[in-house]
Amino acid sequence: MTTLPQTTNKKLGLVIDLDVCVGCHACAVACKEWNTGAYGAPLSDMDAYGAEPSGTWLNRVHSYEVKPEDKPAQIVHFPRSCLHCEDAPCVTVCPTGASYKRSEDGIVLVNEDRCMGCGLCAWACPYGAREMDMDAGVMKKCTLCVDRIYNDHIPQEDRVPSCVRTCPANARHFGDFADTDSAVSRMVAERGGYDLMPEQGTRPVNKYLPPRPKADAMPAGEGCGKHGARIPATPGGLLGWLDRALAVLD
Amino acid sequence: MHPALSVIVFTTLSGIGFALMGLLGIGLGGDGLAFRWTAVVLAYAFAVIGLLSSVAHLKSPGRAIHAFSQWRSSWLSREGVLSILTLGVFGLWALAYLFMNRSIGSLGILAAVLAVATVYSTSMIYAQLRTVPHWATWLTPAAFLAFGVAGGLMLLATLLAVFGEDGARAVAQFALLALVIAWSVKAAWWQRTAKTTLVAAGSGTGDATGLGRIGKVRAFEPPHTSPNYLMREMAFEVGRNRARALRRVAIAAGAVLPTLLVILAVYGPVAPAAALLLALAIHLAGMLAERWLFFAEARHAVASYYGIGQSDGALASR
Repeated sequence: MTTLPQTTNKKLGLVIDLDVCVGCHACAVACKEWNTGAYGAPLSDMDAYGAEPSGTWLNRVHSYEVKPEDKPAQIVHFPRSCLHCEDAPCVTVCPTGASYKRSEDGIVLVNEDRCMGCGLCAWACPYGAREMDMDAGVMKKCTLCVDRIYNDHIPQEDRVPSCVRTCPANARHFGDFADTDSAVSRMVAERGGYDLMPEQGTRPVNKYLPPRPKADAMPAGEGCGKHGARIPATPGGLLGWLDRALAVLD
Repeated sequence: MHPALSVIVFTTLSGIGFALMGLLGIGLGGDGLAFRWTAVVLAYAFAVIGLLSSVAHLKSPGRAIHAFSQWRSSWLSREGVLSILTLGVFGLWALAYLFMNRSIGSLGILAAVLAVATVYSTSMIYAQLRTVPHWATWLTPAAFLAFGVAGGLMLLATLLAVFGEDGARAVAQFALLALVIAWSVKAAWWQRTAKTTLVAAGSGTGDATGLGRIGKVRAFEPPHTSPNYLMREMAFEVGRNRARALRRVAIAAGAVLPTLLVILAVYGPVAPAAALLLALAIHLAGMLAERWLFFAEARHAVASYYGIGQSDGALASR
């Protein structure tokens, strides 16, 4: 059913800490590995060993340069995946009923047996969370590793999404946002966790923690000059003579 | 957005086909046997070729039957249901029209209402998407409906003239009016898109990442080395530099030439059938260009993650 549940008992999702993420792409690789071998059809790749390899991934890591007005630019690594929105537009636009949001835990899933591959859900998602599987002909998306988090056959510590389990920097956290006392809820409250593109009205469950302010950052413009000697604008000696000689020709 | 040929053909042809059904349904058709059969067959041909063409862009068309199930929430599903209802109700009306030369008013009007609802739901598939600021306006359904009616009236006038029925000139006059209205709506739509950029809509890279609160955000390293599905579908780049030329084609072939030819057909000393037939053919070509631009120029919020198209309004207007 592509109408959204009024409320969900749990709001499972991720906190992604942009202060900690080192942009290693391990989460994306672990996601691809788990989801290509487990639930549903594998995540296919096209032209995997050719000149233009392209494939279906459920998690992508971008890197951005952010330039504050009065400080030098900084690099922020930015993992992007499904935010399991409360008002998920990808679900309501689906004509076949393949897309749905679970009332028990809020996870947004695709029933691949009903998906006709029209791609409208991907158009409706502002976050680029859905990618068409060009081999299977169905839409793929993050399942929040629904086949891990409730899986009694794997050790307790593995019952989190694969991306969270693998992150070497501990930049990704999994939990229930409906519980205001959960670790993820507290983290969001303490660090000012925010929604991506709130103007889209999707009410995402996943939150992003902003990079902490760089207290010791140098003012803009000083750069390395403060620390290293600069070459004088008008050199002396042989170089100076050459410079003056060239100036005649200039 | 990626301008899939199947979807361009679908929205253009089905709009005209459903409009013709509605116009015949409200009693604007002729009496002759040849006219009646040609009009009904053409109405079906335009609508059904359009609908079948839309199936061509599905990756798993075998499951398309499920698309009739989610009309409670999905405009695409509503469109499917409504188009089948329209084809059915118009079919019942057409039986009486074809075999008894009788227009059953109530059925015809019902078919017309359903036809309008079908084209409206087609347009809402696009207008509902907040992710594509160009499309998210009431002007989108207005333009789809107005172009459908204009094309339908031109087709009807052409058929009336070709089969020597009464009323060809009168319908052609309505077609003229409809062309003017449709292109006025489109002009307003283009005016709006010229200033509707991702940044202006609050979906620029700074908003998409939430990093805009720290400073100016620039895409530094992409997440993958070659284009993926998202970039092909939603950060469409190919042929965008021909947008200006295509807009000229759309205006010349979709608006100016058909308008002149219809004026010639109504008031001129030429055979109206020839002028109208030519007007219709040229108009169709112009509409395909207009629809191509509708997709190709539209920017999707996802492009912001790739730092693409941040301050693009409508390319052709710059």
